[in-house]
Amino acid sequence: MHELPVTESILNIVLKHAEKNRVSRVVSITLHIGGLSDLEDEWVQHYFDYLSSKTAAEGAKLKIERIPIVLKCKKCGSNIQISKDELWATDCPECGDTGDFSLVSGREYYIKEMEAE
Amino acid sequence: MGDIKLFEVKEDILSDNDAAARELRDKLHRDKTFVINLMSSPGAGKTTLLLKTAEALGSEFKTGVIEADIDSTVDAEKIREAGVEAVQLRTGGFCHLDAAMVKTGLEGIGSESFDLIFIENIGNLVCPAEFDTGAIKNAMILSVPEGDDKPLKYPLMFTRSDVLLVNKTDMMALADFDTKALRRRAAKLNPDISIFEVSGKTGEGIEEWADWIRKSVREFS
Repeated sequence: MHELPVTESILNIVLKHAEKNRVSRVVSITLHIGGLSDLEDEWVQHYFDYLSSKTAAEGAKLKIERIPIVLKCKKCGSNIQISKDELWATDCPECGDTGDFSLVSGREYYIKEMEAE
Repeated sequence: MGDIKLFEVKEDILSDNDAAARELRDKLHRDKTFVINLMSSPGAGKTTLLLKTAEALGSEFKTGVIEADIDSTVDAEKIREAGVEAVQLRTGGFCHLDAAMVKTGLEGIGSESFDLIFIENIGNLVCPAEFDTGAIKNAMILSVPEGDDKPLKYPLMFTRSDVLLVNKTDMMALADFDTKALRRRAAKLNPDISIFEVSGKTGEGIEEWADWIRKSVREFS
């Protein structure tokens, strides 16, 4: 639902970097989005196509790389990668201890790089 | 056609909002104004809980409310009786508040003269989780009829919240709600989260939550 302001932000940052690097056309943009985010790839591209019209980023393809949700068990120190569907499980699969975890990754919201000419 | 080259960008998508939120937090620290961003689904009982909380705190702190929830039915008279000033933000059809909107609200109410301000965020558990409002603490309300499986559906919100208020505990007998499971699921995503079980209707548990606020405001100022 919040894809529009997010897409606006992506475009502004990309155009700033395009100007800084004196490129004429942005071909692709690689995003790192954490697995906990509800961002919808299709909508982001859709909004981006609309907003980037007549800018150096017009027609650029958004490549969205999802960063897995990783939890660290505080008891045994194992890093556990889980999907959103596995959040119901509260025991550590390594040591069997009941829930004391910290979040290692999964909240990323990041522009990694862009291809341009 | 030139050659296609790769350029590192390495920037957070919401870096502008994050910077604005940090600036706002710095100001709140300077002014010693403790701001709590209150988030929930529509109908979780934000307004009623807010009134009960204000009642419990009495005139201890100069308290204000920034109202953003379009659904809200705050009774201005009741709010005033509780010694609370409120401003309404015009959010259009927005699904969340960002730092710029909160800044407008804080300026509108004259935040520097307040000890404590509640932001009633827009009723939604998805979008507000992505945007830092500049508040000092984030609290989310989950009401019993919504179910104990909410952390599975809106995990990001649970990772962003300092406090989880389980509201409408008076309806516990009617709902198939497993508080223990909820606590475990919430702690898995955020081991530091403080959980309070409250009822905006009966007032049960409000005193513990009010105590947390008292302690936080005093430590802050």
